[in-house]
Amino acid sequence: MNEQFDVLVVGAGAVGCAIARELSRSQLRIGVVDKGCDVAAGASGRNSAVVHAGFNNKPGTLMAELCVEGNENFEALCAELDVPYKKTGKLLVAFDEAEMETLEKLLRQGEENGCKGLRMVDHAAVQKLAPNVGGFGGLYSPNTAIFDPFLYTVALAENAVYNGARFFLNNRVVAVKKDGDLFAVTTSQGVFKTRVLVNAAGMFSDKISAMVGVDEYHIYPCRGEYLILDKIANDYLTIPVYPAPTKGNSGLGIHLTPTIHGNLLVGPNAEHINDHLDYGTVSKTQDELFAAAQKLLPALQRKDVIGAFAGTRPKLASPEEGGFRDFVIKEEPSVPNFINLVGIESPGMTASMPIAKRVSAMVQGILQPAPNPDFCGKHKNIIRFAEQTPERKAELIAQDPDYGEVICRCQQITKKEICQAIENPLGVKTISGIKYRAWPTTGRCQGGYCLTRIVEILEKEYGVRVEDVAYRDEGSELFAGRVK
Amino acid sequence: MEKYDVIVVGGGPGGLAAACAARKAGAQRVLVLERDSRAGGILNQCIHDGFGLIRYKQTLAGPEYATRAIQEALDCGVEIKCGTMVVDMSAQRQVTAVGPDGLHIYEAGAVVLATGCRERTRGAVMIPGTRPAGVFTAGVVQNFVNIRNIMIGKKVVILGSGDIGLIMARRLTLEGAKVLAVVELMQNSGGLQRNIQQCLYDFNIPLYTGHTVSNIVGKRNLSAVEISRVDENNKPIPGSGWTVECDALVLSVGLIPENEVAKAAGVKLDPRSNGTVTDDYMQTSVPGVFSCGNSHAVMDLVDFVSAQGEIAGKNAAAFCSGGQMEQWVLSRLSEPAKGLPEPDALNCILCPNGCRLRYEADGSISGNKCKRGIEYARQERTDPVRTLTLTVRTQDGRLIPARTVEPISQAKLMEAVAALQRITLPDRDYVCGEVLVEDLMGAKVVATANIPAQHP
Repeated sequence: MNEQFDVLVVGAGAVGCAIARELSRSQLRIGVVDKGCDVAAGASGRNSAVVHAGFNNKPGTLMAELCVEGNENFEALCAELDVPYKKTGKLLVAFDEAEMETLEKLLRQGEENGCKGLRMVDHAAVQKLAPNVGGFGGLYSPNTAIFDPFLYTVALAENAVYNGARFFLNNRVVAVKKDGDLFAVTTSQGVFKTRVLVNAAGMFSDKISAMVGVDEYHIYPCRGEYLILDKIANDYLTIPVYPAPTKGNSGLGIHLTPTIHGNLLVGPNAEHINDHLDYGTVSKTQDELFAAAQKLLPALQRKDVIGAFAGTRPKLASPEEGGFRDFVIKEEPSVPNFINLVGIESPGMTASMPIAKRVSAMVQGILQPAPNPDFCGKHKNIIRFAEQTPERKAELIAQDPDYGEVICRCQQITKKEICQAIENPLGVKTISGIKYRAWPTTGRCQGGYCLTRIVEILEKEYGVRVEDVAYRDEGSELFAGRVK
Repeated sequence: MEKYDVIVVGGGPGGLAAACAARKAGAQRVLVLERDSRAGGILNQCIHDGFGLIRYKQTLAGPEYATRAIQEALDCGVEIKCGTMVVDMSAQRQVTAVGPDGLHIYEAGAVVLATGCRERTRGAVMIPGTRPAGVFTAGVVQNFVNIRNIMIGKKVVILGSGDIGLIMARRLTLEGAKVLAVVELMQNSGGLQRNIQQCLYDFNIPLYTGHTVSNIVGKRNLSAVEISRVDENNKPIPGSGWTVECDALVLSVGLIPENEVAKAAGVKLDPRSNGTVTDDYMQTSVPGVFSCGNSHAVMDLVDFVSAQGEIAGKNAAAFCSGGQMEQWVLSRLSEPAKGLPEPDALNCILCPNGCRLRYEADGSISGNKCKRGIEYARQERTDPVRTLTLTVRTQDGRLIPARTVEPISQAKLMEAVAALQRITLPDRDYVCGEVLVEDLMGAKVVATANIPAQHP
């Protein structure tokens, strides 16, 4: 690799992919590098999957402004990108008067930020919105939504690729040098030269910034663990339910979130750790999560738990400081043509497109590119067999018998969908890549039925050697080879 | 819309027995819908022996049992449709299924649900730690190793000493992996005594009862697990743990009845076990919908699954014709011994009697109901013999499940395995019962399943 780009984005999370997609509206040579084997490998794939309304953030901050803007446009964006999205609203519940007061303050903050439709609700109204939930009263936000963060990021990336951007996964940035007017970005696989460099490296944004010569940021990784519950959202809860926030909390409190797939998420806690990529889960925390969730929803049962995961928040606020520090989004004055995004934590997913638009405006100012006449912002997702009517299902099978072969029994995902996921434009062929695109292995059997079948498809139809079938990143190969 | 008298959902042993019994009880059109490419259910991957002692009065390998059950169903005039998954069912017994040949809507006079069970996963038992590659459930491992010719690791820890965990300890050992530990949360193993002897003790695999895996370590690939002692609440005791380096963790932590089709039809489920709630006639809360086998309640022996399937199938036919139904009665007498073997005692495994044999101080053997028991007990003390179950590779990489006809000396098992590893079979159809090797250390080796040649 010794190619020259107009803009190189470091980081293929939601923000990096949104930037690439927005930039592809212009005639630019765009590259995205990421150390992971897929997009959304960091915080973008490890969160509550909520489109926030914007009342949690301090008025006047970029967080508040971009979150509100992001929320307003998210539905249309998901429609354009064919990403599952549902405006569920959100409920914050108070268990006493003091918490009610906290929520009233939150309502006023939200109104100042421009959130629409916020209102305080009494116990009866809480019961109506979420019949199984305890609590004294609460704050209701009608514009909060849930969505699929994986497909969102994938759709942004694939749409960017469609419009000419190029992705270089498995490229860990190791050094950045100035080379005349260009930046020379050395990765684990080669050197990328670029006129403009965008740092969207999330968890490692401080390190990338320092490589470029701006050594003034420090990211504090703050882990949040989740429990995944079976598809019981319809039985229990159709709206995210949060506790009243507590001062200095590095997160939003352990909450319950129905996912767009019908599961229920419990979490996250907030724990400052030293390792940026420590996605481990801890027994004690899991007990705490469950206890907190049961406080909100007493009917929850431990047997409904089907999985667990953790993510890390890239925080600028130190553990001692607590709470949130605002996003850094700027063209660094000391390094021209270097656009620096640091500390993009929650509500970064919601704000990803507004962030991208601001970055795009900065790039327009620097490079003044011509518009891309062929740009098309529409993206088509894989057709979900399980969601079709019986008539449509019959049609699909008639078109392609692979629609008649169910590979994932828990959610009725067919061979056709698995194959489409494998044939993704980014060339990702890992199990997790297939999982995020077509959603197998995520049901109650956690791959017990489909994993063997997916491996067979990879092997027989795509020529992947058994030894090379990887779960996630390089080095996560699943098998030791043939038995005999 | 096609009409059937009885539709059976699931072509495992329960479903096949139900279909057969329904035909015998007078149902005209009986259809089994099976989502896999062949009938037989999970038995196809259970290549070890020990099945059928009660039903067929001899010990069979899983695929042999399946082959018999399939043949019996076909002989009865049952229609078996494979590669077809039921995706919906109504309380009026309208069954929707999809297969590569299209979407089918059937109307059934009665339905038997024989949908089996699924494995409890890491998430369900909430084992903390990272999420690396290398953590599998035992059934998945069994499928990879026995059917798909894929090895899951070289240094293995197994959590759970139920029969599946024990069987996989032996399977992986025979295939060259080092099983470092079998870890059991409870104070005793829930596995059959003969499995503890033949799968663990035979190979000197350590069993840690009253322990659990308390942490999973490794970022991308599994690098180690922590094993800890548990307290009276089955919680790990802090500080009691030690680390075992390994590249695979195999979970055998329980089975859960699989009842998505039942749920769709509104069948009442037991909230604790997820099994179907039935009356004594195996009829569920939805009239005309019957349930049997592991989707009703997980059973230890496939013989019981078949027996219950027969009752459910017979009663499904009776529901259609208005005939007499039969009650399900489980004979607990014939259940073989479970848990850790006692010193100086042995449970005979030669017939369903399962006599509890005792080695007396004077060297004699007591507790036997017949002479064979004495011979068995003597042999176990001097030179125990085992039926070796294994797979043999074909040139094109398929695995033919096989077993020795005559038992061979336990001391020579690994030698026999090594000899069998060197054999490659030609690419052709294989039939259950055909001789693959004439002389493996004095024993014949036969195929235990019908495996058709691969179509190019």
